Amino acid sequence: MKELLIIAVGAAVVNNVVLSQFLGLCPFFGVSKKIETAAGMGGAVIFVITLSSLVTSLIYQFLLTPLNMEYMQTIVFILVIAALVQFVEMFLKKSMPALYESLGVYLPLITTNCAVLGVAVINVQKSYNVLQGTVNGFATALGFTISIVLMAGLREKMEYNDVPKYFQGFPMVLLTAGLMAIAFFGFSGII
Amino acid sequence: MKANSPGERLYNGIIKENPTFVLVLGMCPTLAVTTAAINGIGMGLTTTVVLALSNLFISLLRNVIPDKVRMPAYIVIVASFVTMVQLLLQGFIPALYDALGIYIPLIVVNCIILGRAESYASKNGPVSSIFDGIGMGLGFTLSITILAAFRELIGAGTVFGFQVMPSAYEPATIFILAPGAFFVLAFLAAIRAKLQDKRPKEEQKPVHCMEGGCASCGNEGCSGKFYDNTVKK
Repeated sequence: MKELLIIAVGAAVVNNVVLSQFLGLCPFFGVSKKIETAAGMGGAVIFVITLSSLVTSLIYQFLLTPLNMEYMQTIVFILVIAALVQFVEMFLKKSMPALYESLGVYLPLITTNCAVLGVAVINVQKSYNVLQGTVNGFATALGFTISIVLMAGLREKMEYNDVPKYFQGFPMVLLTAGLMAIAFFGFSGII
Repeated sequence: MKANSPGERLYNGIIKENPTFVLVLGMCPTLAVTTAAINGIGMGLTTTVVLALSNLFISLLRNVIPDKVRMPAYIVIVASFVTMVQLLLQGFIPALYDALGIYIPLIVVNCIILGRAESYASKNGPVSSIFDGIGMGLGFTLSITILAAFRELIGAGTVFGFQVMPSAYEPATIFILAPGAFFVLAFLAAIRAKLQDKRPKEEQKPVHCMEGGCASCGNEGCSGKFYDNTVKK
Protein backbone atom coordinates (compact mmCIF):
# COMPACT_ATOMS: atom_id res chain seq x y z
CA MET A 1 0.00 0.00 0.00
CA LYS A 2 2.76 2.39 1.02
CA GLU A 3 4.64 1.55 -2.15
CA LEU A 4 1.58 2.30 -4.29
CA LEU A 5 1.15 5.63 -2.53
CA ILE A 6 4.77 6.55 -3.29
CA ILE A 7 4.27 5.66 -6.95
CA ALA A 8 1.06 7.71 -7.05
CA VAL A 9 2.48 10.84 -5.42
CA GLY A 10 5.64 10.58 -7.48
CA ALA A 11 3.74 10.34 -10.75
CA ALA A 12 1.09 12.96 -9.93
CA VAL A 13 3.13 15.85 -8.59
CA VAL A 14 6.85 15.16 -8.17
CA ASN A 15 7.52 14.00 -11.73
CA ASN A 16 4.53 15.81 -13.19
CA VAL A 17 3.91 14.47 -16.66
CA VAL A 18 3.60 17.87 -18.33
CA LEU A 19 5.82 20.13 -16.29
CA SER A 20 8.80 17.88 -15.76
CA GLN A 21 8.50 15.14 -18.39
CA PHE A 22 7.11 17.23 -21.25
CA LEU A 23 4.53 14.68 -22.30
CA GLY A 24 1.10 15.75 -23.49
CA LEU A 25 2.14 19.31 -24.26
CA CYS A 26 -0.19 19.60 -27.22
CA PRO A 27 -3.50 19.40 -25.29
CA PHE A 28 -1.86 21.21 -22.37
CA PHE A 29 -1.37 24.29 -24.53
CA GLY A 30 -4.29 23.75 -26.89
CA VAL A 31 -7.19 23.02 -24.53
CA SER A 32 -6.26 25.22 -21.55
CA LYS A 33 -8.16 28.40 -22.38
CA LYS A 34 -11.12 27.73 -20.06
CA ILE A 35 -11.37 25.84 -16.78
CA GLU A 36 -14.42 23.79 -17.85
CA THR A 37 -12.87 22.50 -21.06
CA ALA A 38 -9.57 21.86 -19.29
CA ALA A 39 -11.37 19.81 -16.65
CA GLY A 40 -13.25 17.90 -19.36
CA MET A 41 -10.00 17.11 -21.13
CA GLY A 42 -8.49 16.07 -17.80
CA GLY A 43 -11.39 13.70 -17.15
CA ALA A 44 -11.05 12.11 -20.57
CA VAL A 45 -7.29 11.73 -20.11
CA ILE A 46 -7.71 10.09 -16.68
CA PHE A 47 -10.20 7.64 -18.16
CA VAL A 48 -8.11 6.72 -21.20
CA ILE A 49 -4.69 6.57 -19.53
CA THR A 50 -5.91 4.45 -16.59
CA LEU A 51 -7.57 2.03 -18.98
CA SER A 52 -4.68 1.95 -21.43
CA SER A 53 -2.06 1.38 -18.73
CA LEU A 54 -4.12 -1.49 -17.38
CA VAL A 55 -4.47 -3.04 -20.83
CA THR A 56 -0.84 -2.49 -21.91
CA SER A 57 0.45 -3.87 -18.59
CA LEU A 58 -1.69 -6.97 -19.01
CA ILE A 59 -0.53 -7.46 -22.59
CA TYR A 60 3.11 -6.96 -21.67
CA GLN A 61 3.05 -9.36 -18.74
CA PHE A 62 0.84 -12.11 -20.06
CA LEU A 63 1.47 -11.98 -23.79
CA LEU A 64 4.76 -10.36 -24.75
CA THR A 65 6.91 -11.61 -21.85
CA PRO A 66 5.92 -15.31 -22.08
CA LEU A 67 6.44 -15.21 -25.85
CA ASN A 68 9.82 -13.43 -25.53
CA MET A 69 8.60 -10.63 -27.76
CA GLU A 70 9.39 -7.65 -25.52
CA TYR A 71 11.05 -5.93 -28.45
CA MET A 72 7.64 -5.59 -30.10
CA GLN A 73 6.38 -3.33 -27.31
CA THR A 74 6.38 -0.02 -29.19
CA ILE A 75 4.40 -1.38 -32.14
CA VAL A 76 1.96 -3.34 -29.98
CA PHE A 77 1.39 -0.50 -27.51
CA ILE A 78 0.65 2.17 -30.08
CA LEU A 79 -1.78 -0.06 -31.96
CA VAL A 80 -3.51 -1.14 -28.76
CA ILE A 81 -3.83 2.46 -27.61
CA ALA A 82 -5.22 3.64 -30.95
CA ALA A 83 -7.71 0.79 -31.07
CA LEU A 84 -8.64 1.28 -27.42
CA VAL A 85 -9.40 4.98 -27.81
CA GLN A 86 -11.53 4.22 -30.82
CA PHE A 87 -13.34 1.44 -28.99
CA VAL A 88 -13.94 3.64 -25.94
CA GLU A 89 -15.39 6.33 -28.16
CA MET A 90 -17.79 3.92 -29.89
CA PHE A 91 -18.76 2.29 -26.59
CA LEU A 92 -19.51 5.60 -24.88
CA LYS A 93 -21.48 6.84 -27.86
CA LYS A 94 -23.72 3.77 -27.80
CA SER A 95 -24.17 3.06 -24.11
CA MET A 96 -23.44 6.24 -22.16
CA PRO A 97 -24.51 9.18 -24.29
CA ALA A 98 -24.39 11.59 -21.34
CA LEU A 99 -20.75 10.82 -20.61
CA TYR A 100 -20.00 10.86 -24.32
CA GLU A 101 -21.47 14.35 -24.57
CA SER A 102 -19.04 15.63 -21.97
CA LEU A 103 -15.90 13.66 -22.92
CA GLY A 104 -16.51 12.81 -26.57
CA VAL A 105 -15.00 15.90 -28.14
CA TYR A 106 -11.73 15.35 -26.33
CA LEU A 107 -11.33 11.69 -27.16
CA PRO A 108 -9.98 12.11 -30.71
CA LEU A 109 -7.28 14.40 -29.33
CA ILE A 110 -6.00 11.76 -26.98
CA THR A 111 -4.53 9.24 -29.43
CA THR A 112 -1.82 11.69 -30.39
CA ASN A 113 -1.25 12.59 -26.75
CA CYS A 114 2.23 11.23 -26.21
CA ALA A 115 1.53 10.85 -22.49
CA VAL A 116 -0.57 7.73 -23.18
CA LEU A 117 2.24 5.87 -24.91
CA GLY A 118 4.72 7.46 -22.50
CA VAL A 119 3.02 5.95 -19.44
CA ALA A 120 2.89 2.51 -21.06
CA VAL A 121 6.64 2.68 -21.79
CA ILE A 122 7.47 4.00 -18.30
CA ASN A 123 5.52 1.10 -16.73
CA VAL A 124 7.69 -1.34 -18.66
CA GLN A 125 10.95 0.46 -17.94
CA LYS A 126 10.29 0.59 -14.21
CA SER A 127 9.06 -3.04 -14.36
CA TYR A 128 5.81 -2.26 -12.56
CA ASN A 129 3.31 -5.11 -12.17
CA VAL A 130 -0.26 -4.72 -13.40
CA LEU A 131 -1.56 -3.05 -10.23
CA GLN A 132 1.42 -0.70 -9.92
CA GLY A 133 1.18 0.13 -13.61
CA THR A 134 -2.50 0.99 -13.37
CA VAL A 135 -1.92 3.15 -10.29
CA ASN A 136 0.96 4.87 -12.05
CA GLY A 137 -1.26 5.51 -15.08
CA PHE A 138 -4.09 6.93 -12.99
CA ALA A 139 -1.75 9.16 -10.98
CA THR A 140 0.06 10.41 -14.07
CA ALA A 141 -3.26 11.38 -15.63
CA LEU A 142 -4.31 13.02 -12.38
CA GLY A 143 -1.09 15.05 -12.49
CA PHE A 144 -1.95 16.06 -16.05
CA THR A 145 -5.42 17.17 -14.93
CA ILE A 146 -4.03 19.16 -12.00
CA SER A 147 -1.61 21.04 -14.20
CA ILE A 148 -4.02 21.69 -17.09
CA VAL A 149 -6.75 22.99 -14.74
CA LEU A 150 -4.24 25.23 -12.93
CA MET A 151 -2.99 26.50 -16.26
CA ALA A 152 -6.55 27.22 -17.42
CA GLY A 153 -7.25 29.15 -14.22
CA LEU A 154 -4.13 31.25 -14.75
CA ARG A 155 -4.98 31.87 -18.38
CA GLU A 156 -8.49 33.04 -17.50
CA LYS A 157 -6.97 35.63 -15.15
CA MET A 158 -4.30 36.61 -17.66
CA GLU A 159 -6.98 37.67 -20.14
CA TYR A 160 -7.23 40.94 -18.22
CA ASN A 161 -3.50 41.56 -17.97
CA ASP A 162 -1.49 43.93 -20.07
CA VAL A 163 0.93 41.62 -21.87
CA PRO A 164 3.61 42.99 -24.25
CA LYS A 165 2.42 42.66 -27.85
CA TYR A 166 4.73 39.90 -29.04
CA PHE A 167 4.33 37.90 -25.86
CA GLN A 168 0.57 37.64 -26.21
CA GLY A 169 -0.78 34.13 -26.65
CA PHE A 170 1.62 31.24 -26.97
CA PRO A 171 4.84 32.84 -25.57
CA MET A 172 3.02 33.99 -22.44
CA VAL A 173 1.55 30.51 -21.93
CA LEU A 174 5.05 29.04 -22.18
CA LEU A 175 6.40 31.52 -19.63
CA THR A 176 3.53 30.61 -17.29
CA ALA A 177 4.30 26.92 -17.76
CA GLY A 178 7.94 27.64 -16.87
CA LEU A 179 6.93 29.37 -13.64
CA MET A 180 4.56 26.51 -12.83
CA ALA A 181 7.39 24.05 -13.39
CA ILE A 182 9.51 25.97 -10.87
CA ALA A 183 6.62 25.86 -8.38
CA PHE A 184 6.30 22.10 -8.88
CA PHE A 185 9.97 21.69 -7.93
CA GLY A 186 8.70 22.39 -4.43
CA PHE A 187 7.17 18.92 -4.37
CA SER A 188 10.47 17.18 -5.01
CA GLY A 189 11.21 16.90 -1.29
CA ILE A 190 8.11 14.79 -0.62
CA ILE A 191 9.56 11.43 -1.56
CA MET B 1 14.84 25.29 -57.90
CA LYS B 2 12.55 22.72 -59.50
CA ALA B 3 9.68 21.64 -57.29
CA ASN B 4 10.15 18.21 -55.67
CA SER B 5 13.80 17.95 -56.72
CA PRO B 6 16.09 16.64 -53.97
CA GLY B 7 17.70 20.06 -53.47
CA GLU B 8 14.36 21.83 -53.23
CA ARG B 9 13.12 19.26 -50.69
CA LEU B 10 16.21 19.74 -48.50
CA TYR B 11 15.85 23.54 -48.63
CA ASN B 12 12.14 23.24 -47.84
CA GLY B 13 12.74 21.05 -44.79
CA ILE B 14 15.72 22.90 -43.36
CA ILE B 15 14.68 26.52 -43.98
CA LYS B 16 11.31 27.21 -45.55
CA GLU B 17 9.14 24.81 -43.55
CA ASN B 18 11.50 24.15 -40.67
CA PRO B 19 9.48 21.80 -38.44
CA THR B 20 10.46 23.40 -35.15
CA PHE B 21 10.71 27.12 -35.89
CA VAL B 22 8.16 27.51 -38.70
CA LEU B 23 5.61 24.70 -38.31
CA VAL B 24 6.04 24.32 -34.51
CA LEU B 25 5.67 20.54 -34.56
CA GLY B 26 7.15 17.86 -32.34
CA MET B 27 7.32 19.96 -29.20
CA CYS B 28 7.61 17.08 -26.71
CA PRO B 29 11.09 15.94 -27.79
CA THR B 30 12.09 19.53 -28.55
CA LEU B 31 11.59 20.55 -24.94
CA ALA B 32 12.59 17.28 -23.32
CA VAL B 33 15.94 16.35 -24.84
CA THR B 34 17.50 19.76 -25.43
CA THR B 35 19.38 19.75 -22.13
CA ALA B 36 22.74 19.19 -23.83
CA ALA B 37 23.80 19.79 -27.43
CA ILE B 38 24.91 16.19 -27.88
CA ASN B 39 21.44 14.91 -26.91
CA GLY B 40 19.85 17.35 -29.33
CA ILE B 41 21.95 16.13 -32.24
CA GLY B 42 21.40 12.49 -31.23
CA MET B 43 17.63 12.87 -31.06
CA GLY B 44 17.61 14.85 -34.30
CA LEU B 45 19.59 12.30 -36.27
CA THR B 46 17.58 9.39 -34.85
CA THR B 47 14.38 11.12 -35.94
CA THR B 48 15.91 11.87 -39.35
CA VAL B 49 16.68 8.20 -39.96
CA VAL B 50 13.15 7.15 -38.99
CA LEU B 51 11.61 9.96 -41.02
CA ALA B 52 13.59 9.23 -44.19
CA LEU B 53 13.00 5.47 -44.07
CA SER B 54 9.32 5.67 -43.19
CA ASN B 55 8.77 8.30 -45.91
CA LEU B 56 10.48 6.00 -48.42
CA PHE B 57 8.38 2.97 -47.47
CA ILE B 58 5.11 4.85 -47.27
CA SER B 59 5.80 6.35 -50.66
CA LEU B 60 6.58 2.92 -52.15
CA LEU B 61 3.44 1.43 -50.61
CA ARG B 62 1.18 4.41 -51.29
CA ASN B 63 -0.76 2.64 -54.03
CA VAL B 64 -1.07 -0.60 -52.07
CA ILE B 65 -2.35 0.70 -48.72
CA PRO B 66 -6.16 1.08 -48.77
CA ASP B 67 -7.22 4.60 -47.94
CA LYS B 68 -9.41 3.62 -44.99
CA VAL B 69 -6.65 1.97 -42.99
CA ARG B 70 -3.81 4.25 -44.00
CA MET B 71 -3.21 5.82 -40.59
CA PRO B 72 -2.82 2.50 -38.72
CA ALA B 73 -0.64 1.27 -41.60
CA TYR B 74 1.59 4.36 -41.37
CA ILE B 75 1.84 3.91 -37.62
CA VAL B 76 2.95 0.30 -37.99
CA ILE B 77 5.61 1.32 -40.52
CA VAL B 78 6.88 4.16 -38.33
CA ALA B 79 6.80 2.02 -35.18
CA SER B 80 8.80 -0.73 -36.91
CA PHE B 81 11.55 1.68 -37.87
CA VAL B 82 11.55 3.22 -34.40
CA THR B 83 11.98 -0.26 -32.89
CA MET B 84 14.89 -1.03 -35.23
CA VAL B 85 16.61 2.27 -34.47
CA GLN B 86 16.00 1.77 -30.77
CA LEU B 87 17.65 -1.68 -30.79
CA LEU B 88 20.59 -0.37 -32.84
CA LEU B 89 21.13 2.52 -30.44
CA GLN B 90 20.89 0.20 -27.45
CA GLY B 91 23.53 -2.04 -29.01
CA PHE B 92 25.97 0.46 -30.43
CA ILE B 93 25.54 3.82 -28.65
CA PRO B 94 24.29 2.86 -25.16
CA ALA B 95 25.24 6.26 -23.71
CA LEU B 96 22.87 8.06 -26.08
CA TYR B 97 20.23 5.38 -25.55
CA ASP B 98 20.30 6.06 -21.82
CA ALA B 99 20.31 9.84 -22.25
CA LEU B 100 17.25 9.84 -24.54
CA GLY B 101 15.35 7.24 -22.50
CA ILE B 102 11.63 7.01 -23.15
CA TYR B 103 11.79 9.69 -25.83
CA ILE B 104 13.10 7.13 -28.35
CA PRO B 105 9.91 5.00 -28.43
CA LEU B 106 7.94 8.25 -28.35
CA ILE B 107 9.34 9.16 -31.78
CA VAL B 108 6.34 7.13 -33.03
CA VAL B 109 3.91 9.81 -31.91
CA ASN B 110 6.07 12.69 -33.14
CA CYS B 111 3.73 14.81 -35.25
CA ILE B 112 6.46 15.59 -37.77
CA ILE B 113 6.66 11.98 -38.93
CA LEU B 114 2.96 11.19 -39.34
CA GLY B 115 2.47 14.70 -40.69
CA ARG B 116 5.01 14.17 -43.48
CA ALA B 117 3.63 10.70 -44.20
CA GLU B 118 0.16 12.08 -44.65
CA SER B 119 0.93 15.35 -46.38
CA TYR B 120 3.90 14.38 -48.56
CA ALA B 121 4.99 10.76 -48.79
CA SER B 122 1.50 9.42 -49.49
CA LYS B 123 1.25 11.66 -52.56
CA ASN B 124 4.75 11.69 -54.03
CA GLY B 125 7.36 9.37 -55.47
CA PRO B 126 10.00 7.55 -53.41
CA VAL B 127 13.02 9.68 -54.37
CA SER B 128 11.50 13.03 -53.52
CA SER B 129 9.88 11.51 -50.41
CA ILE B 130 13.17 10.25 -49.03
CA PHE B 131 14.74 13.67 -49.59
CA ASP B 132 11.71 15.31 -48.01
CA GLY B 133 12.30 13.11 -44.96
CA ILE B 134 16.00 13.92 -44.86
CA GLY B 135 15.33 17.64 -45.27
CA MET B 136 12.68 17.75 -42.54
CA GLY B 137 14.85 15.61 -40.30
CA LEU B 138 17.89 17.82 -40.77
CA GLY B 139 15.77 20.91 -40.16
CA PHE B 140 14.58 19.35 -36.92
CA THR B 141 18.13 18.30 -35.98
CA LEU B 142 19.52 21.76 -36.71
CA SER B 143 16.92 23.61 -34.69
CA ILE B 144 16.93 21.35 -31.64
CA THR B 145 20.75 21.31 -31.64
CA ILE B 146 20.79 25.12 -31.65
CA LEU B 147 18.28 25.19 -28.80
CA ALA B 148 20.20 22.56 -26.87
CA ALA B 149 23.54 24.31 -27.37
CA PHE B 150 22.02 27.55 -26.10
CA ARG B 151 20.54 25.88 -23.02
CA GLU B 152 23.78 24.03 -22.32
CA LEU B 153 25.82 27.23 -22.72
CA ILE B 154 23.72 29.21 -20.24
CA GLY B 155 22.88 26.31 -17.94
CA ALA B 156 26.25 24.58 -17.68
CA GLY B 157 28.73 26.92 -19.38
CA THR B 158 29.67 24.28 -21.95
CA VAL B 159 28.78 23.39 -25.55
CA PHE B 160 29.08 19.73 -26.63
CA GLY B 161 30.78 19.18 -23.29
CA PHE B 162 33.59 21.70 -23.94
CA GLN B 163 34.01 24.56 -21.50
CA VAL B 164 33.12 27.75 -23.36
CA MET B 165 32.29 30.26 -20.66
CA PRO B 166 35.16 31.60 -18.50
CA SER B 167 35.54 29.63 -15.28
CA ALA B 168 34.26 32.60 -13.26
CA TYR B 169 30.84 32.17 -14.93
CA GLU B 170 28.27 30.80 -12.51
CA PRO B 171 26.00 28.51 -14.60
CA ALA B 172 22.28 29.24 -14.35
CA THR B 173 21.34 25.61 -13.76
CA ILE B 174 17.64 26.35 -14.18
CA PHE B 175 18.21 26.48 -17.95
CA ILE B 176 19.04 22.81 -18.19
CA LEU B 177 16.17 21.91 -15.88
CA ALA B 178 12.53 21.68 -16.96
CA PRO B 179 11.53 25.35 -16.48
CA GLY B 180 14.44 26.53 -18.65
CA ALA B 181 12.99 24.64 -21.60
CA PHE B 182 9.73 26.57 -21.34
CA PHE B 183 11.52 29.92 -20.90
CA VAL B 184 13.82 29.46 -23.90
CA LEU B 185 10.91 28.40 -26.10
CA ALA B 186 8.80 31.33 -24.85
CA PHE B 187 11.41 33.84 -26.00
CA LEU B 188 11.81 31.98 -29.26
CA ALA B 189 8.06 32.12 -29.88
CA ALA B 190 8.03 35.84 -29.09
CA ILE B 191 10.87 36.47 -31.56
CA ARG B 192 8.97 34.40 -34.12
CA ALA B 193 5.84 36.52 -33.58
CA LYS B 194 7.90 39.69 -34.05
CA LEU B 195 9.51 38.44 -37.27
CA GLN B 196 6.17 37.32 -38.65
CA ASP B 197 4.65 40.67 -37.90
CA LYS B 198 7.17 42.36 -40.19
CA ARG B 199 6.34 40.21 -43.19
CA PRO B 200 3.53 41.20 -45.54
CA LYS B 201 0.18 39.72 -44.51
CA GLU B 202 -0.24 37.13 -47.23
CA GLU B 203 3.11 35.55 -46.46
CA GLN B 204 2.17 34.82 -42.87
CA LYS B 205 1.66 31.18 -42.19
CA PRO B 206 -1.33 30.37 -39.99
CA VAL B 207 0.00 26.87 -39.31
CA HIS B 208 0.82 27.12 -35.64
CA CYS B 209 -0.35 23.86 -34.25
CA MET B 210 0.19 24.50 -30.56
CA GLU B 211 -2.00 27.58 -30.29
CA GLY B 212 -5.23 26.18 -31.59
CA GLY B 213 -4.71 22.72 -30.15
CA CYS B 214 -4.13 19.60 -32.13
CA ALA B 215 -7.64 19.40 -33.53
CA SER B 216 -7.46 22.65 -35.43
CA CYS B 217 -4.02 21.84 -36.74
CA GLY B 218 -3.91 21.67 -40.52
CA ASN B 219 -1.53 18.79 -40.26
CA GLU B 220 -3.69 15.69 -40.49
CA GLY B 221 -1.22 13.44 -38.74
CA CYS B 222 -1.73 15.44 -35.55
CA SER B 223 -5.40 16.16 -35.64
CA GLY B 224 -6.75 12.82 -34.50
CA LYS B 225 -8.11 12.12 -37.98
CA PHE B 226 -6.41 8.84 -37.24
CA TYR B 227 -9.48 6.96 -36.50
CA ASP B 228 -12.12 8.99 -38.23
CA ASN B 229 -10.81 7.52 -41.40
CA THR B 230 -10.73 4.02 -40.09
CA VAL B 231 -14.33 3.97 -38.87
CA LYS B 232 -16.12 5.65 -41.73
CA LYS B 233 -17.65 3.25 -44.16
